[in-house]
Amino acid sequence: MKILVLLKQTPDTEAKIQISANGKEIESSGVKYIVNPYDEFAIEEALLIKKKLGSGEVVIASFGSSDVKERILRGLAMGADRGLLISNEGLEQCDGLTVAKVLSACIKQEEPQIVLCGKQGIDDDNMHVGTMTAELLSWPHVNVVTKLEVNGDTAKVEREIEGGQVEVYDVKLPAVFGAHKALNTPRYASLPGIMKAKRKPFDQKTPGDIGVDVGQLKSENATVVDSYSLPPEKPAGKLFKDEPVEEMVSKVVKLLREEAKVL
Amino acid sequence: MKVLVFLEQREGKLKSSALEALTTASKISGGQAANVAGLIVGNQVEGLVSEVKGYGADSVFVAQSAEFEKFNVLEYAAATKAAIDEFKPDVVLGIASPMGRDLFPRVAARCNAGLITDLVDLDLDGGFSGGTKPMYAGKVLAKIAFQGDGIKFATLRPNVFPSEESSGNAEAKALNVSPIQDQNLKLAEIRKGKSDKQDLTEATRIISGGRAMGNADNFKVLHDCAEVVSATVGASRAAVDSGYAGHDMQVGQTGKTVNPSLYVACGISGSIQHMAGMRTSKVIVAINTDPDAPIFSIADYGIVADLFEAVPILTDKFKEILS
Repeated sequence: MKILVLLKQTPDTEAKIQISANGKEIESSGVKYIVNPYDEFAIEEALLIKKKLGSGEVVIASFGSSDVKERILRGLAMGADRGLLISNEGLEQCDGLTVAKVLSACIKQEEPQIVLCGKQGIDDDNMHVGTMTAELLSWPHVNVVTKLEVNGDTAKVEREIEGGQVEVYDVKLPAVFGAHKALNTPRYASLPGIMKAKRKPFDQKTPGDIGVDVGQLKSENATVVDSYSLPPEKPAGKLFKDEPVEEMVSKVVKLLREEAKVL
Repeated sequence: MKVLVFLEQREGKLKSSALEALTTASKISGGQAANVAGLIVGNQVEGLVSEVKGYGADSVFVAQSAEFEKFNVLEYAAATKAAIDEFKPDVVLGIASPMGRDLFPRVAARCNAGLITDLVDLDLDGGFSGGTKPMYAGKVLAKIAFQGDGIKFATLRPNVFPSEESSGNAEAKALNVSPIQDQNLKLAEIRKGKSDKQDLTEATRIISGGRAMGNADNFKVLHDCAEVVSATVGASRAAVDSGYAGHDMQVGQTGKTVNPSLYVACGISGSIQHMAGMRTSKVIVAINTDPDAPIFSIADYGIVADLFEAVPILTDKFKEILS
């Protein structure tokens, strides 16, 4: 079985996000980039499925800039078999639907049985590219997946919704699944794995190479980021210290009722 | 502008955020109730229509079938598309809930149209031209605009926009749509959560514990306190990664983004990724032994103390003041 994992790179979760002087971009200099954390669960799940089935191929694909190769290599170091980077040159600022169009074209060409991705990118926080990709392929999808069991050409899939409730689906493959945190524990890339990754097959393509007519990509109402801003700083609060704990707690509870009015 | 609002229900109960979306739609339409329509998809849900009367819509499409009883994204997408074809809206509005986040990307892609998710502010120049949404779990706000003249899709963050009564007869209109009964995606069951507690993303009060909790059993002190003020218990990534709390309790960039009216952080130092997920809470209380902990920089009220000493007292004081 061929499993395709969709990957994107994001700034590290501990990175301080800064905005360029013109307010139009997120500063990338000095920022450490990582594999989108949810995509690591997707890679791990793909490797686990392949191991359980005893055979298959795990391909990691991304639509991004040339430095995303480093992130794909990390997935190959974890154990994936092949990397594929579709260049987003000239389309760096495109919206989620445009990304989904490119990715769905890639999937049509690769013909995997399962597509795994993270439930959302931790940068834009949109949670829509995986689902849009499934829609463009007319495939079913389940997002925020916490359990995935593949049996032949079907899968039993659990997804978390509000209040800790779980929806359980029977899905006919091929399908798109968005990985959530509880799905597994991603392995670390071993040193031999990292060495091996550099010799694994890796292709770099353009949208044209996978049959995408860039001129036809624009949707009826594409979205574009006008500007970024930082959330307003909170004014300094009241800090209580060096007093008996009971007194400090009493004061705060009183303030919560009388000043903040949240009790 | 004509606005169609997806009114989310589960188990025959309308989400309170549905009224927030309707009120917002009314503003987009310039108060023209004739140009706002709701859509309810479910089974035996026509009774819900009266609940939205006066919230800005003259009509509410009702798509009913036994197949619609429980959420299935392919069924609900087909029903929503049918309502779009019928009403021909300029804008389709919903809520960034688990259901909305599943449904809207499907329908937007089906209509070849852009989608802005999780809006916290709207740009109402010339009707509705875009808005502001948090990115990087709230570290950044992005102002996003629609570029074309076609249909626009957007979801709103719950608990941000007000719900206000205005006008609108909310007349029920049966939507003629048959279930597609797609065989490729079947909902087998919905398992109830372990507790009846409100989800972190919907909670109005949250009490969270960090690495200083020390172990899973110690979370009892937070649960006891939460009980008194009807709060939901959360945790930092450090506490979750140490196995003290379940992943569904995690607040932060790789957990849940929350915006309660009261957030009490206990033994949480305040990593960038944690603060990103809770900084929009209306009032933040932090309890930590380290006076230099970063969490105090965003706390409205800070207490430098050991949480195991302070939280039981907090529980007692909450009891006193609420009795």
